[in-house]
Order: sequence, then structure tokens, then C-alpha cells
Amino acid sequence: MEDVLKIADKSIKNRLFIGTGKFANKALVREVLEASQSEVVTVALRRVDADSSDENILDYIPDNCTIMINTSGARDADEAIRIARLGKAMGCGNWVKIEVIPDNKYLLPDNTETLRATEVLAKEGFTVLPYMSPDLSMARRLVGAGAGAVMPLGAPIGSNRGLKTKELVRIMVNEIDIPVIVDAGIGWPSEAAACMELGCDAVLVNTAIATADNPVAMAGAFSCAVAAGRTAYLNSGIAVNESANSSSPLTGFLRDTK
Amino acid sequence: MILRINGEEEDVAKCANLLELINVKRLKVESIVIEHNHKIVLREDWHGIILNERDSIEIVSFVGGG
Repeated sequence: MEDVLKIADKSIKNRLFIGTGKFANKALVREVLEASQSEVVTVALRRVDADSSDENILDYIPDNCTIMINTSGARDADEAIRIARLGKAMGCGNWVKIEVIPDNKYLLPDNTETLRATEVLAKEGFTVLPYMSPDLSMARRLVGAGAGAVMPLGAPIGSNRGLKTKELVRIMVNEIDIPVIVDAGIGWPSEAAACMELGCDAVLVNTAIATADNPVAMAGAFSCAVAAGRTAYLNSGIAVNESANSSSPLTGFLRDTK
Repeated sequence: MILRINGEEEDVAKCANLLELINVKRLKVESIVIEHNHKIVLREDWHGIILNERDSIEIVSFVGGG
């Protein structure tokens, strides 16, 4: 049976989600998405700058991708709800990443306001993926509020520090029945693979790809790593031991005498 | 007429409706979403929104974001 990630009515094969911020130019976004074969992509919403002739980011996202509106810039639930509704009015679907951040230094999310926005938007029919500080009780509340997945952070946004929240994410993976997606802080493909080996359902990466010397090659590397980690999770069955366990036979050594 | 567009007061040529304003500002219709006095107005309804002095208008579009 094919291994797919199901969220709302979508069946997603590629478990690397990609954020479209910070790319040197928009054409790179298309190249990155083609190289990675990613199927879920985030975009943000901002006031139009009338003096800028900037092209539409949507023109660079392949039609087969699911667009997730990021509510970045929201400082409370009401602002997040407003951004989500505006994004939906654009006509690109109803997937929303709730990101409510009152803190500018670490960009850590406000879980309580995130829950409030999730409650409202899920009732309105949005597929809601809340970005959160990893916390089992809050994750359970978000499930109850109708979230389509939960997205705990690995480390502060754009920090490239890796899965610093590993133990808390592991608990969420063990206890939460909807998809758990690590979002933010992942800097290297090996860290993305580690998330997947842990049992996470997907990884969302932006900065590590967008700001790489070669974003297209890095997107390919992340995609391979996520797939490898997922395959390992599904197939390993290995035990971790304190002491060694020889891989080669312990008989028939040259020194042996009969 | 004076409108409050994206948080700033702007003196623009008199526009009968929202669609006219978008055309005057040469914005790409398919790339934007508009709030008129804090209510989202769908594209097909722009021509029916009559503009009055000091109306508040938010014009937003998608940008790259994580």
C-alpha cells in the first residue's frame, strides 16, 4: 500500500513542505518545488506596495501544490483570523497555517491565541495547521478544536539550529492521533531525516533552503532526507543497546585451534 | 477624494466604485484581495461598492512566506 499523508481531503506523497519566504527571486521558488516535488507550500499575505511591479508569487507555484496561507504578522487570534479570511478570498483554497507571534526576538508562538484562532477557523471550514510551541496538553486542545495537523517548532524560526525540542515532539508523536509536522528551525537534511525517523508525519522547511548557496540542490537534498527518514521509521524495528553486538560471526577466527 | 488606503490617507481622483479605484491604481485584479471598511469584498462585487470620503480600504496580496 502506498504511504501517503492524509490531511483533510488531500493525500500527500511528499512529506517535505516548503515555505516560500526569503528566496532571492521568485523563479527560484518554481525550480525548488520542481526539484523537491513538494506538494504543500506556504505563502504569506501583505499590504500591496503600489510602487512595486512585483509579480504574483502564485504564478511560480505549480498547480498540483496545495497552498497554505501563513498568518505570519498576526500578533493575536483576531489578526490571524482576519488574514486567513483574506487569504481564502483570494481563491486558493482553505488551508491555513496559524502563526500568532507576539515576540520579536525568538518568534515563539502564542499557543493560547493560536488555539482561539484554530477554534474559529476550523468551524468556518478551514483546514487548520497551527504552528505551536510543543506541548502535549495544548496539542490535545488543538485536536479538539478541529486542527488538521499540529506543527511544533524544532527551534526558533530561521535559526537553523535543528530539532532542539526532540523529547517534547516525541511525546506528541506518541500521543497525538493527527499528523505532527515539525515546522521551523530545521537547518540540515540530517535534522529533517531525524524528525521523520522519530515518527513525525512531515517537515516544513524554508530558511535552510531559501538562503542556501544553491537552493535547488538543497531542496533536493531535503526531499531525499525526508523520504529516507520516513522509510527508516516504517521499516527499522531496531533496538538501541548499551553494549556492542557483533555484526560478523564470532566463530572461525584464524587464531582458533581445534 | 480622500481615502484611507493601507493605513495611509491618500488623495485620489474621484472614483465611483471600488473597481474604478483598482483600475486607477493599475493594480492586477487577479493578484489582490480587498477589505472595504473592514469587510472583505469579493472581486465580482467591486463594481457595486460605492466609495465615500474617508472610506478605509485594505489591499493585500500573497508574498513569499514560511
